[in-house]
Amino acid sequence: MTVREGRALRILVLTAVVGALVLPIMAGLFETARAAFGYLPVVGADHLSLAPWRRLADLPGLRASIILTLWTGFAATILSLFMAFALAGRVWMHSGGKRLRALALPLLAAPHAAMAIGLAFLIAPSGWIARVISPWATGWQVPPGIATVHDPGGIALILGLIVKEVPFLLLMILSVLAQIKAREQAAAARALGYSPQTVWTKILVPQIYRLIRLPVFATLAFALSVVDMALILGPTQPPTLAVAMTRWFVAADTRLLMPASAAAILLAALAMLSVALWILGERVMGALNRRRIVGGARRGWPIAVGAATGQVLLWLGTAALIALLVWSLAWRWSFPNGLPESWSVTAWMRGGWWIALKQSLFLGTVTVLVSVTLSVLWLEGETRAGLARARWASALIYLPLMVPQAAFLFGLSVAFLRGGIGAGHFAVMWGQALFVYPYVMLALSDPWHALDRRLDRTAASLGAGPWRRLFRVKLPILLRPILTAAAIGFAVSVAQYLPTLLLGAGRVTTLTTEAVTLASGSDRRVTGVFAVLLAAMPLVGFGLAFAIPALFYRNRRGLSGGRA
Amino acid sequence: MTGLVLTNVTIRSPGGSPLFAPLTFGVRPGEIVSLSGPSGIGKSTLVAHIGGHLPAGFVTAGQVTLDGRNALALPAEARRIGVLFQDALLFPHLSVGENLAFGLEPAIRGRAARRAAVEEALEQAGLAGFYRRDPATLSGGQQARAALMRTLLAAPRAILLDEPFSKLDPALRAELRSFVFAHVRARAVPVLMVSHDAEDAAAAGGPVISLSPA
Repeated sequence: MTVREGRALRILVLTAVVGALVLPIMAGLFETARAAFGYLPVVGADHLSLAPWRRLADLPGLRASIILTLWTGFAATILSLFMAFALAGRVWMHSGGKRLRALALPLLAAPHAAMAIGLAFLIAPSGWIARVISPWATGWQVPPGIATVHDPGGIALILGLIVKEVPFLLLMILSVLAQIKAREQAAAARALGYSPQTVWTKILVPQIYRLIRLPVFATLAFALSVVDMALILGPTQPPTLAVAMTRWFVAADTRLLMPASAAAILLAALAMLSVALWILGERVMGALNRRRIVGGARRGWPIAVGAATGQVLLWLGTAALIALLVWSLAWRWSFPNGLPESWSVTAWMRGGWWIALKQSLFLGTVTVLVSVTLSVLWLEGETRAGLARARWASALIYLPLMVPQAAFLFGLSVAFLRGGIGAGHFAVMWGQALFVYPYVMLALSDPWHALDRRLDRTAASLGAGPWRRLFRVKLPILLRPILTAAAIGFAVSVAQYLPTLLLGAGRVTTLTTEAVTLASGSDRRVTGVFAVLLAAMPLVGFGLAFAIPALFYRNRRGLSGGRA
Repeated sequence: MTGLVLTNVTIRSPGGSPLFAPLTFGVRPGEIVSLSGPSGIGKSTLVAHIGGHLPAGFVTAGQVTLDGRNALALPAEARRIGVLFQDALLFPHLSVGENLAFGLEPAIRGRAARRAAVEEALEQAGLAGFYRRDPATLSGGQQARAALMRTLLAAPRAILLDEPFSKLDPALRAELRSFVFAHVRARAVPVLMVSHDAEDAAAAGGPVISLSPA
């Protein structure tokens, strides 16, 4: 009985995932590619040609944009990885993991746009840091004429990416560390004469790296194609390829849509090529590392410098989030003063943020509800069938995270239009769900599979049917991981910039799109208000995910741990 | 004095109670001393203490010297005390040969010389031609032999055996025991072995130290 029911359920969920996720992405890729080769009937282009590519090649600064993209993407990823490993190594050797986690979590939760704005508030020539060290240390009475934000070399963008990626990689490393026999292996290696530092670099880092390869690839691909952070911190003349592409997509001149599509395909190709290059680099590093290991030298690489730098950057990120709040409440604040002369809630009273907040809340709630429902049904289907997830199924679920956003979003808007779905709320909702669902699945799969199956069987032996077991036994026990997954999904939805921009065609205004737009203006108070709200929303989500189970299960010790 | 010497060694668990009565004994070079006693009394904890691998929280007293030097003042990696654990603990990201090369003392220099030393050890362990093999594909006995060779290549001044045979089946156990004993005797270093098995102690042929409750 349950087998048949399980099959019906699985077919239903599979159809939903394929129909709602896979097909739109494929259609989006197809439409983008067609537009890149001159076929875009909405603007009257209806025969295939290489003209968009020629046009793209003629656009000024293309080559510089490509170089900038590769430079910022690789520099940010390599440095983030190095610092995250150094910080994790310090934690492993000397403890202090709890404090570091507490420092890293808010930075991880904050959307890229909010963090970018906060960093700009900090490091700009008229930013908080310059104010704190002036005039006593620098002699500056007016902001210095240095380009510390939008610098042509992309250093500010690299810094911003690192501040966001180090927390992510650090938490990945610390969670993977628990999966390998770190303590036993360390004892064995120390008995052979290796110091803890060398054990970390030679024995543990290579093993951990293998387990976090995919997230590292994702980090690299993301760094290459990030739009919102690059708009706020990155170079402008020329910008990175992702920013240039976005400008052309939203330009008033619709003839730019086709070269923009070509740029999107080019960006996707660059991302894939970069991952291939990275894998090549892995081989080389692996071979070098093996030679060092076989050489038997008992000294390791010092990680103290990397750890200290990483620590400073985490503090910088925290200061950036505080800067948002300070500026949103500042009234008079003339240059070299370290703090505002007077404070005011005027910026908050203007109320323009209310509409954007409601929009973000609405989109986040709907996409999370849909994604959590779909995830639970998928996982329940797996449980009932008693099957482990097949590779192709994983590939389907995580497809949206593997294909670069830029490559299919514009095409998706074209495909939506063909299907009668105009740019607007519904299209944005759908587009966001493409990214929310995989993250919810990622977060929920392990806790779901870790649930003691005997509980399910016990309930069955007591006469409970499959749906009763799901709603009365499994879902309540899994409340905490479900809410955590929901909070992650919510954070993903709130942070979406490009899908909202391209699928909403400017008609859907969220905190993220507003914050990015305002960031190019001059009123830091109003920008601060939007960015504070943007940074706070995911945190509130995680807070609820923590508080609700704690309240419900305050008298259930078996459910108060981190895991189900 | 040469060898491994324990004087009035006591260990208190993190809970606070002492594990065993104060211990004083010596292990001469070339001698294999067996530690026996009821399970839970702290034989493995004692071995971890001597090797420098005790988790935080234990409170210890007494002295441990190796060849006259205070071993407890040094970090684990500087004590030159090799340990063979219950599990082989071959590093999963390295090949069998690389595991041995990782252990091989740094005093042996040059790629060719190091490779030759490793190949020779592999041959002694009956693992000739296994340099590139993934350790996970080895049988339990092969893994244990590779682990011993890795320990010996580091040229330890004393060796601790922490129930290295307990996870093997009886037939393999006798074979591996004679293999391990033959090799550690040839090194002429003090050897301290923890074992639940009276046969292990008998085969070792050395003194047996009995741990008794405090």
